[in-house]
Parts: sequence; structure tokens; C-alpha cells
Amino acid sequence: MRVINAQQITETVADLCGKANLVLRRDVLLALKRAYAREKKTQAKDILGAIIKNASVAQKEKLALCQDTGMPVVFLSLGQDVHIKGALRPALQKGIALGYKNNFLRDSIVPDPLSRGLSRSTPAIIHTDIVKGDTLKITVLPKGFGCENKSALKMFIPTARIDEIKQFVVDTVKDAGPDACPPYVIGVGIGGTADYASLLAKKALLSKVGGQNSKAQLMEKDLLKRINALNIGPMGLGGETTALAVAILTYPTHIAGLPVAVNISCHALRSATAYV
Amino acid sequence: MIYLTTPLSKKCLSNLRAGEQVFFSGTMYTARDQAHARLVTALKKSKKLPLDLKGRVIYYCGPTKTPKGGVIGSCGPTTSSRMDSFTPVLLKAGLAAMIGKGRRSQEVAQAIRKYGAVYFVTYAGCGALLSTCVKKARAVAFKDLGPEAIVALEVENFPLIVGIDSRGERI
Repeated sequence: MRVINAQQITETVADLCGKANLVLRRDVLLALKRAYAREKKTQAKDILGAIIKNASVAQKEKLALCQDTGMPVVFLSLGQDVHIKGALRPALQKGIALGYKNNFLRDSIVPDPLSRGLSRSTPAIIHTDIVKGDTLKITVLPKGFGCENKSALKMFIPTARIDEIKQFVVDTVKDAGPDACPPYVIGVGIGGTADYASLLAKKALLSKVGGQNSKAQLMEKDLLKRINALNIGPMGLGGETTALAVAILTYPTHIAGLPVAVNISCHALRSATAYV
Repeated sequence: MIYLTTPLSKKCLSNLRAGEQVFFSGTMYTARDQAHARLVTALKKSKKLPLDLKGRVIYYCGPTKTPKGGVIGSCGPTTSSRMDSFTPVLLKAGLAAMIGKGRRSQEVAQAIRKYGAVYFVTYAGCGALLSTCVKKARAVAFKDLGPEAIVALEVENFPLIVGIDSRGERI
């Protein structure tokens, strides 16, 4: 058994909030640079150039990549041999509040979805997996709502054709059009239950952009091709870079169903991970 | 390249065409969802607005907090379509231009044409880069709304693209 102090978790989360919001993920930046080199349309290239420049200004000036510093989503992989001294969830929320305050990030969370109220930095959404071992892995994914608003879920029948599923994903991106800050990264969750497919779609955004780690690699490739043929392009002003990547995660499901969820990320796909 | 400065005249706006690139210098006012709801409620009740909308430019933006010693935080555009239902009322009250990202409704395009206004888009998701164009920032109204308050931004060469021109033509 290993003991981890709650205070250490707070400090780690605060640090991750800054890293995620100020420094663009290396895989995302590289994908943007590849897209810049490939893009033929002048305006689209200019916009990709601005996005790349934005990442360097943000890092240099210690400014958020985007003013929408998101709803913080925290993924925990908690080793079952870890003992946490102190309360875990308050330690996480405290870390978020501290990280958002220290880095001048925007408070975008209203305390009540209906009556709204003055926004603050917390609470974050927390997903916990209990795993083997004695380490705690923490990932912070600040999710902007321009793109979160374009999420979709569809419960297909089990005999649905793969092509119908692909069409649903492509249509979801088409509906988002220019509104969710393209070029996108498209997370897709297939299987499980309605809620679990949605979680998988979000988790898929943590996959390495340009990496090949999915069982559904061929489907990812084909979807990316079809999405980039939509000619939405950077900022929605046309071009061949509508998405940088499609990442799919799957899970066993019920004989009667086939849930499919899509979670779109804007080009400012932000996340940071630490091991405690 | 086209350079625009405030105050904006209807005539200079009417010369712009969808798709043209513009560098804007002058004053723009941030306003997003809650500020729009309040402005429109006030207009409907014929109450006095905290700022005169005539000839003004509204920027759909809720910046991050201003770092110590800085002018403003990260300040890119938010999704314009969420403001669509409020926009025709503000245009009627004299609003000259809007800056945001993404599509607008048919009703907005028609109102833009009717009142000779313009809708601009700017680099979405580039809040850090756009903050370098902001020279001054001053809170004007609805400070209780936090990041959704109305803030006057003095900008220099703020990059824009004409999204819907005064004839209602879209990019």
C-alpha cells in the first residue's frame, strides 16, 4: 500500500490546469503543422498559420490558448493499492479552483443549469477508474463548449450497417459546420450503454492525434477522409482540413443495441496528464 | 487590404463584401448570451441601455481574467448563433456590426440587410493571438456577470473577415 496526501493531489491538479490550458498538446501541434504544410487553399493555410502562432503566443505570454477554458473534466486511474490521506474529491476540486485562479483562466461553470448564477471554476466532472497497482494517474481535459454543444448520441439497432454509423458521424460533423472551431478532432464511442458510449467518445479525445492505437483503425481512416471531403475547412471557410483526426473507442454492448456517441473537439484540444 | 476605424459609417460598411479581409481599429464592446438577454429585455421595456448601440460594434467574447500587469486575457470569439434570436432587436436599435464565429440564421441575415449592418468573423480559438491587438480594456456594464460583462476594448488592426455583408450576402 502506498499513501498519497490529498494536498499533493491538489497541487498536481492545479499544475495540470495551467499546462493543459496554456501549452498546446504536442501531438495536436504537430498535426496542425502537417495540415499547414498540406493545405492548398491560401485562406485555409493562413488560418492554420494563425492557429499555430496562437499556440506560441499562449505559451510565451502564459495566456490561455482559448478564452473558453472549458468545463474541466478529470480522468483518474486510481491504483487499488493507493491509500489517500484526506478526502479525494474535495482535493481535486480545490486543485481545479487553484489552477484556474493562478493561471487567470476563465470561470465558466454556473452553479445551476437552469437558474444559472455567477460563474466559477468548479465543480469539474470527475471520472474514476479503479485499476491495479499503487499509482494515481490524473488527466485534466478542459472542454470548451462551442464544440461540446455539437455532441451527439444515437442508439442504432444491432443490425445497422457500418456505413449507417459512419454516415451518422459524418452528419454530426456536417451539422457542427464552422461553429465548433474546426479543424476538429472527432472522438467516437461505440458500444456499452448510452452513457458509456458518451464517455468513450470523450475519452477517445485523449488518444494520440496521428497515432494508430485503435481497433477500429480502418474505420477511423475512412471517416477522416470523408470528413475532410466536406470542405468545411479551418474556421469553416473551406479547405481540406476539416478534422485532424478521428479516434474511436469501443466496448461490448447488449444484443439488442448499438449505441454510438460523437464528441467533437475544437482545434484547441487540451489535456495534460501526471502520475502521482 | 481594407482598414476600418470607428466610428463606422453606414457608407463604409456598405462598401464591404462577404469574404473580404479587414483590419479593424477602434472600440468594440464584448457581449455574449446573458448581456444580450439583458439588453433585449431593457429595449423591450423601453428602458435606458447602459450603452448607446448606435454605430457600435459588438464582439461576442468572454475573455479570461486579465493577468497581473496585462491589458486583457485570452479573448477569441464565441459561437455567434447563440445570439441570433436577440440580434434583430439590437440591429433595430442601431448596432452597426457584430464580430463572432460561425453561422447566423436567415432572420439575422435579413435584419443585417434591412439595417445595413455587417457581421464579421475572426480567428476562432486564437484568443491569445487576438489579445495582442487589444490596447485598452474598460468594464462598461453588467459587471456582476463576471466574464459575461460588457467590456469596451480598444483594438488595433484586429483581423476580421466579412461573414455577412450589408446586402445580406454570406461568405
